[in-house]
Amino acid sequence: MIEEIGTTAEGDLVINIGPQHPATHGVLHLVVTLNGETIKKIEPHLGYIHRSIEKMCESLSYRQFIYVTSRMDYLSSHINNHACAMCVEKGLQIEVPPRAQVIRVLMDELTRIASHELWWGAMAMDLGAFTPFFHAFRERETINDIMEETCGARLTMNYMVPGGVMADLHPNFQKRVKDFIALYKSKISEYDELVTGNIIFQGRMKDVGFLSKEDAISYGCTGPIARGSGVSCDIRKLYPYEVYGQVEFDEVLETRCDSFGRYLIRLREMQQSIRIIEQLIDNIPGGDFQAKTKAVLKLPKGEFYARAETARGELGVYIISEGGTTPYRIKFRSPGFSNLSALDHMARGGKIGDLVATMGTLDLVIPDIDR
Amino acid sequence: MDVKHVSTKEFPGEIHETPGGGIVLSKLDDVVNWARSNSLWPLTFATSCCGIEMMAVASAKYDFSRFGFEVARATPRQADVIIIAGTIVNKMGPVLKRLYDQMADPKYVIAMGACAISGGPFFYNTYSVVKGADHVIPVDVYIPGCPPRPEALLHALITLQEKIKTGLTREQIRTT
Repeated sequence: MIEEIGTTAEGDLVINIGPQHPATHGVLHLVVTLNGETIKKIEPHLGYIHRSIEKMCESLSYRQFIYVTSRMDYLSSHINNHACAMCVEKGLQIEVPPRAQVIRVLMDELTRIASHELWWGAMAMDLGAFTPFFHAFRERETINDIMEETCGARLTMNYMVPGGVMADLHPNFQKRVKDFIALYKSKISEYDELVTGNIIFQGRMKDVGFLSKEDAISYGCTGPIARGSGVSCDIRKLYPYEVYGQVEFDEVLETRCDSFGRYLIRLREMQQSIRIIEQLIDNIPGGDFQAKTKAVLKLPKGEFYARAETARGELGVYIISEGGTTPYRIKFRSPGFSNLSALDHMARGGKIGDLVATMGTLDLVIPDIDR
Repeated sequence: MDVKHVSTKEFPGEIHETPGGGIVLSKLDDVVNWARSNSLWPLTFATSCCGIEMMAVASAKYDFSRFGFEVARATPRQADVIIIAGTIVNKMGPVLKRLYDQMADPKYVIAMGACAISGGPFFYNTYSVVKGADHVIPVDVYIPGCPPRPEALLHALITLQEKIKTGLTREQIRTT
């Protein structure tokens, strides 16, 4: 595919990883320059799943464009929808009813757990262990069932709309979430027994893919990548939205700065999400699930920005409105794009075998990067 | 002579009971198709959201290995069926064609989800999406949905098996 394949003048080998490669989690294409087994340079090639979502949004109304964003970072589709809905609400100055706020947070945290579960299984699979994949999907399917009852979809929810959520919670929701929490707590030790404590796993993760605190900031990393390097960047803590300011949870930080640190972050983040859900599940206020809005939304002329913490980091939605029914321009600041930019720095000087482990901890979703 | 008809779902042919064993009467084509249909190895090819549902089908709850699909291969040279799970964009088109060309005959294609059928949600107002994977490579089975449920993918896999058993896939029609 790429013409520079072969050997460089210095005798270094240039190889392609992807776009069809199981460890790239999709269609990422890396052109890797190797000196023996040592990585000298990594050049990511993007665009293999560029679906022109930002351009599409310009011709969709403020209610319609949210459904496309479910397909961006499909593992945290609720949070994508949430960020877009918040941006529109900011423009229209809609007050979201308390019930909708709590439902949104509950859904966000369930999504975060489901996303991290999938990452955990997929990353262990990258490293050659197949069993964790089945364990991860056991819990993930339980969450999918809960989502399906309320939202009607397993993956691309389109549940959050400007002003609240699309429908009320299913009567079974509270019971099933509590069942899930009980299930999750009974299984959590398995994760450590299966993978975390494994000496081979630790050998492959520890001191691999080093990213210092300064570099994490200068590359614009967010989410578990930055927190694995000790950067406090949780949007839920720094700029609380909805009811995040009222619930108790810790921002998980690690100072290991390596792949193992980023791994631990996500495992502990799942427990924090459980903590948030436990606080809210019995305290869902009554009332409307959606604020009264006009049938056709028109944002006033101006620029609006909203952000949310997805499972991968900070998602920013930037809308420029000319006062019409469709946005003039939409820009998404996706977390995966910035996190991927640090890959070259992290893997350079390491061995080619460690690249898969490092890439696994980045938790890349390629349609989120390409959009 | 006692003739036992065997259901085509199990084995295509008749068993004639004879002393000391039995004789199977069948067409070689049918036997080969029957054997092939029960051991299809999919390519792990996922471009976007549908890939997650494909992973869900591989997991224990839905488990496509019940039907002979358990060995998902990362290289097209070892795969029999390519499940196009996700959108194909203009830049990915040549790669998809190349993957298909690298697969050994006989090869089958399933288009999973609205994007692979027609561009789906990305049909209007986009400049980069291929409006259906069948513009690039021929498709045997289409699955609607965005993304399709895991049961729908299982149904498509079984439909493909039925098609292979009856010799009706595009690949089989072309070679006979």
